[in-house]
Amino acid sequence: MNQPFPISELGASAVDVDIRNIGLSYGTNHVLKGITLHIRPGEFFAFLGPSGCGKTTLLRLIAGFNEADGGEVLIGGQDVSHLPPWKRDVGMVFQSYALWPHMTVRRNVSFGLEERKVPRAEVDRRVAAALELVGLAHLADRRPSQLSGGQQQRVAVARTIAIEPKVLLLDEPLSNLDAKMRVQVRRELRDLQQRLGLTTIFVTHDQEEANTICDRIAVMNDGVVQQVGTPMELYEKPANLFVANFLGTANILPGRVVREGGQRFFDIDGGVRVPIPAHVVVPEGAKLVFRPQHASLTRGGAGDVLLPGTIVHSEFLGSTLRYVVRIGAAEVSIDTPFHSGETLHQTGSAVEVSLSLRSVLWLAI
Amino acid sequence: MAGATTAGRAHVPSASSRHFLRLSATPGQIALALGIIVFLALFLIVPVGTVIYVAFTEKGTGEFTLVNFLDFARTDLFIRSFWNSVYVSAMSVVVASVFALPLAYITTRFEFRGAMLIQTLGFLPLIMPPFVGAVAMLLLFGRNGTVNLLLDEWFGIKIPFMEGLNGVIFVQAVHYFPFILINLSAALRNIDRSMEEAAQNLGSSGFRLFRRIVFPLAMPGYIAGASLVFVKVFDDLATPLLLNVKDMLAPQAYLRVTSIGIADPMGYVISVVLICMSVLAMWISARAMRGKDYATVQRGGGGLAKRRMRPWESVLAYAAVLLILLLVLAPHIGLLLLSFATIWSFSPLPDAFTLAHYGRVFGESFVYVKNTLLYASIAGLIDVVLGTAIAYLVLRTKLIGREWLDWAATAALAIPGVVLGIGYLRTFYGVQLPDGTPLATLWITIVLALAIRRLPYALRACYAALQQISVSLEEAAENLGATKVRTVRRVVLPLMAGGILAGFVTSFATAAVELSATLMLVQSNADAPLAYGLYVFMQSAAGRGPGAALGVIAVLLVAVCTFASHMIIEKSQKAKGAGR
Repeated sequence: MNQPFPISELGASAVDVDIRNIGLSYGTNHVLKGITLHIRPGEFFAFLGPSGCGKTTLLRLIAGFNEADGGEVLIGGQDVSHLPPWKRDVGMVFQSYALWPHMTVRRNVSFGLEERKVPRAEVDRRVAAALELVGLAHLADRRPSQLSGGQQQRVAVARTIAIEPKVLLLDEPLSNLDAKMRVQVRRELRDLQQRLGLTTIFVTHDQEEANTICDRIAVMNDGVVQQVGTPMELYEKPANLFVANFLGTANILPGRVVREGGQRFFDIDGGVRVPIPAHVVVPEGAKLVFRPQHASLTRGGAGDVLLPGTIVHSEFLGSTLRYVVRIGAAEVSIDTPFHSGETLHQTGSAVEVSLSLRSVLWLAI
Repeated sequence: MAGATTAGRAHVPSASSRHFLRLSATPGQIALALGIIVFLALFLIVPVGTVIYVAFTEKGTGEFTLVNFLDFARTDLFIRSFWNSVYVSAMSVVVASVFALPLAYITTRFEFRGAMLIQTLGFLPLIMPPFVGAVAMLLLFGRNGTVNLLLDEWFGIKIPFMEGLNGVIFVQAVHYFPFILINLSAALRNIDRSMEEAAQNLGSSGFRLFRRIVFPLAMPGYIAGASLVFVKVFDDLATPLLLNVKDMLAPQAYLRVTSIGIADPMGYVISVVLICMSVLAMWISARAMRGKDYATVQRGGGGLAKRRMRPWESVLAYAAVLLILLLVLAPHIGLLLLSFATIWSFSPLPDAFTLAHYGRVFGESFVYVKNTLLYASIAGLIDVVLGTAIAYLVLRTKLIGREWLDWAATAALAIPGVVLGIGYLRTFYGVQLPDGTPLATLWITIVLALAIRRLPYALRACYAALQQISVSLEEAAENLGATKVRTVRRVVLPLMAGGILAGFVTSFATAAVELSATLMLVQSNADAPLAYGLYVFMQSAAGRGPGAALGVIAVLLVAVCTFASHMIIEKSQKAKGAGR
């Protein structure tokens, strides 16, 4: 796998993908609603969302398997909206890998080059290089059914990059692998993408997968892009409650904003009042949102507020302790680091939750 | 097929017109569908429609009338024929069940050596025309046949196996029992072990367990096989004719058209009655099956528990199986003996043996073999081409009304061969080629009739093959640059190959021994297929030796072709590994 891949010029010619106001519906079922996204050249980009959010539909639309009701898809500046799949030059790795069982690994990989009428010698060279790149050169004459899941996945990738596509599309490529393989393969995918500098779009419902390998993520729900950003941006500054909840655990406390003598307060439903820092913008109907690790059961520093509550559950997770605490009408999760010799708080015991107001988010929707 | 979706970039369709584009298909697909429609209309819908039209119109004036049906109801011969046909069909189902039930039960429920062999031998009767077996059965079971001669000598009794309708029932039951065996065995194998274990766990065992659990679960499979047997027997023409039984419906239709003439309406009325009975039997079968797709085998499960037999059970089972196998293979055994016999009359076995019949057949009658190979191959080819095309259009395109192609092709199942034959004669006799020969006299008409008759079977095989291919395999090919046509060629067809070949073999093997439609359509000996030659030979006492030799050749021919293709399919499956 150390050999330089002969199509290294790809990186220089990486293209962008411009999705403009794409809509798609089946009858009255609106699957995609006005999607607009710009994916930069050479970027590893993820469509992240729960099943049924439209992420796979959007990916298949870029590949040409779905036709939009309106809007355009531009790849490297060229409008491909009305091109059939075989003229688009976007390589797709299918969730099921879709390796042809009647062909050997070598024939699978050479297929796309043969369809492009590439001269035989060139085909052989590029097939060998692609298989070398994924470390499967020694299995070229096997049938797909004789390979393990991870090997099949690599053949699917080799088959796709052999045609030197403008864009690489990955449709949940890790979902058919076991947990250990998944971690290994996602690192390999990231390495490969970095080396080729290939614009790549990755569809997943797993936030950890998206976070670990992608440059930027578009979080989708219900056919709408909720937010676009780097994994850290999305985690630190979610645009709405859906994104906050979908990326990591979020505690959400409903309540209402009240004013008293020029000072704003947030009355959490069920009784407790929290002061709102002066410079913070709080939208209409906002809820108080914080991550489990931004609160603790030990008294914190200045600027922290104390919320009285009752322990509902306590779980030992190894490096951390997780408590579920009832505050007013809501339940929140709180993670504290585990120190040797520490004992768990008993269920039902009264505690004070110390919350750092600097890390609190105010989200309305 | 390519090109339709490559609308130019200057073309900016409105949302509604693009919506239409998505529902529709490429010009190539539309052309393909139109071609299939024209073929089915010309060779299935129009001929059958003509038959129905003639039955309901007054001769000469062409006005609508029911008087032909009144005539049918007032004629004793027809009413008697109708009830005879119903009786023979029903009794054939009963006798065939007697053969099939023990074989199916013993081979699926017990550890039984040779179970595979029995299931394979069970298929054998299907690859010989039933009327060919009829002659051999006469020699073995007739009034002066082997069995009765021996019975008379030992016990002084004779059993009328082959007298009148008994003979038809016996021959048909022996010939068609595999349909019940195959369906019932499959149904029994599909019952999950846990079904039985759950019943045992709740306190049921023995016969009660069989009656309350196993039997109801296997019932849909049995009904499917039984209704098929009923339809086949009801439609069969040559067996009663050869056994000299004329007062049944299908023979009556044939005799009216051939002896009184193509203009006589009664042949058409009988045809309509035959169609109605077919549809009725299939409807009953479909109703019995509805909502009862009891494939209960679960992951890791493996059919009913097979029990080891006790010694006395074992003896009993082997004896029963052996007896049944002897019975159902009697036509083959008899035919083989007859083909080598010098004279075989009023004696348990032939007087002496000779190869002369084979010599004669190879000398004179090889044209039949050649014709059969030609006709059955072309018919099989037409069937798999149409079957693959219809399956592709139905499963892989969004063509509006594509299901109708499937339904129309499958409707051929309900059309008896004799009806199709009459329809072809009536429809195509008037159509003349430039030189004046009627279209109906050309041998290609026979091929087309065979193709239409066998299309439903080939279609199901192709359909199943395509259904097993994941759509993503095709999308992957398109994604890597293959057009629709290229994708079909490089991915779809190679993966369907096994199913297509299986469809071809089914069409070929059954078309090779088919007679009911061809009997009507054969105009000269030079154009006749094997089954027709057999029929001609078997009608005279002197022709039986050569006829039997020809029959043996037919059976071997079909058996070899079936076996060869079976091997090819096995090999290609193995080459694909565990893949789809």
